[in-house]
Amino acid sequence: MQIYLPIAEVSVNAFLLLGLGGIVGVLSGMFGVGGGFLMTPLLFFIGIPPAVAVATEANQIVASSFSGVLAHLKRKTVDIKMGLVLQVGGLIGAAMGIQLFNYLKAIGQVDLLVKLSYVIFLGIIGGLMFVESLRAILKSRGGQSVPTRRRHNWVHNLPFKMKFRASGLYISAIPPILVGVLVGVLAAIMGVGGGFIMVPAMIYVLGMPTKVVVGTSLFQIIITTAFTTMMHATTNYTVDVALAVLLLVGGVIGAQVGTRIGVKMKAEQLRVFLAIMVLAVCAKLGLDLLLMPSELYSLGAGGH
Amino acid sequence: MKRFFSLLAALATFALPASAQQEEIVAGLSQNAVQITATFVGSEILIFGAVKRDAPAPIGDLGVTVVVEGPSKPITVRRKAKRMGIWVNADSVEVEAAPSFYAIATSAPFDEIISPELNRARDISIPESIRILESEETTDTENFAEAVIRIRSKAGLYMINEGAVNMNEDTLFNTRIELPANLTEGDYRARIYLTRGGELVAEHSASIDVSKVGLERWLYNLAHQQAFLYGLMSLAIAIAAGWGASAFFRVFLRS
Repeated sequence: MQIYLPIAEVSVNAFLLLGLGGIVGVLSGMFGVGGGFLMTPLLFFIGIPPAVAVATEANQIVASSFSGVLAHLKRKTVDIKMGLVLQVGGLIGAAMGIQLFNYLKAIGQVDLLVKLSYVIFLGIIGGLMFVESLRAILKSRGGQSVPTRRRHNWVHNLPFKMKFRASGLYISAIPPILVGVLVGVLAAIMGVGGGFIMVPAMIYVLGMPTKVVVGTSLFQIIITTAFTTMMHATTNYTVDVALAVLLLVGGVIGAQVGTRIGVKMKAEQLRVFLAIMVLAVCAKLGLDLLLMPSELYSLGAGGH
Repeated sequence: MKRFFSLLAALATFALPASAQQEEIVAGLSQNAVQITATFVGSEILIFGAVKRDAPAPIGDLGVTVVVEGPSKPITVRRKAKRMGIWVNADSVEVEAAPSFYAIATSAPFDEIISPELNRARDISIPESIRILESEETTDTENFAEAVIRIRSKAGLYMINEGAVNMNEDTLFNTRIELPANLTEGDYRARIYLTRGGELVAEHSASIDVSKVGLERWLYNLAHQQAFLYGLMSLAIAIAAGWGASAFFRVFLRS
């Protein structure tokens, strides 16, 4: 069944979108990531204009994160204070990201920026995750215990200290704000929630306990992506609500299926698969930049 | 010699009104409005007509050319080049106007029924329909124009179907123009040219209104005119869906 998307102005198969939403939903349920970093490139592949894909994906992440955070609130695994501090940075970052996005759109380099950001971040995250999970698998075979990470680093020597009760931390507000800014910029440019950067940053940079990390990350992603959605909707008119709804329906169903599959698999195995997948998307986008394209010319909206 | 022919062509153009009185086009369209709904999968327009004559037909092969064109919009054409090892958009050319859709159907090979002079005077062929601005960045603007035609042809937006107009007894003609699913809205125009030996005998034009309707129309208008409200609506839908899914699966899992 073909659906004509009102904002993207392309006709796509509705079942394809439901299916894509479903597959990414399964993966996000299995691995505990938002899935935006996979969905946005997939939307590029099926011919959705990049600007629409990025803006609409931000809207879809609001839905999936909201669904996820409700479960975490029930289990009291959300550090709301930390979330709000991250948020301050997130809003600054999102506003900066939109400015950058619009500037590059005007000079015709937005596709490059989005693709380059993807290649760099997917490459780094995928690579690190692949190495880390392989090492964990080898260690568990060797019977050695995983060493505990050190809790004191440069982060603890900065001013403006604050107490974060749910995380059991007493640290400066500066690092969380900086992390928030970085994720906010990425959310605006890449149309992702930034969970795949936020989660490692919270564990390794801020030293937060793992059990509150996912819930807190989701909590602040909702506000950042909601803000991004509003900015894209009012300045670029690129949020396609019909596209968002189709992806969202597939996504929430897939997430439930994925969660059940995830329970039956080993954590390290899951992470290796996720890493391989992330690297595959990265390789595809990277080759597009490196190999000579079959069509050198592209058309954009004209006029100044 | 060449000058003599162009003089002859100019004379033929001057002689136009006289011959136009002798032969006229009477034409109709199967639909003069196309509605883009949520399930729009493309459409087809049947264009038909007859040649009305007051006197016996003059000597010479009669040709019919039908053009359906979408609204013209300015576009920016960018060309990639390898910079620092990766392919990036390097130079660009502003196209002042290029039709969003352009279909030509003819009763015989294009060059046989449309003279180059007539083609230029009435902007009939696809390259004639594109107006390019001079660019300081590049000198090879014609490559950019070719790229527009190549990309849009591949997307099924530009097409030329020679021989697609059926003619009966040099009087009745009809053709079908396919409108693809990735159509954009606007005022479309159908033009019909009746030619004899490459020179214009009569012409006719009609407009076709292509617009989004229903939900598509409403969403598009809301997104552009009430952007803030539209953004809030998108968020409300997302939050409701997220909450709904969570609630539904909680109940579903419990049972």
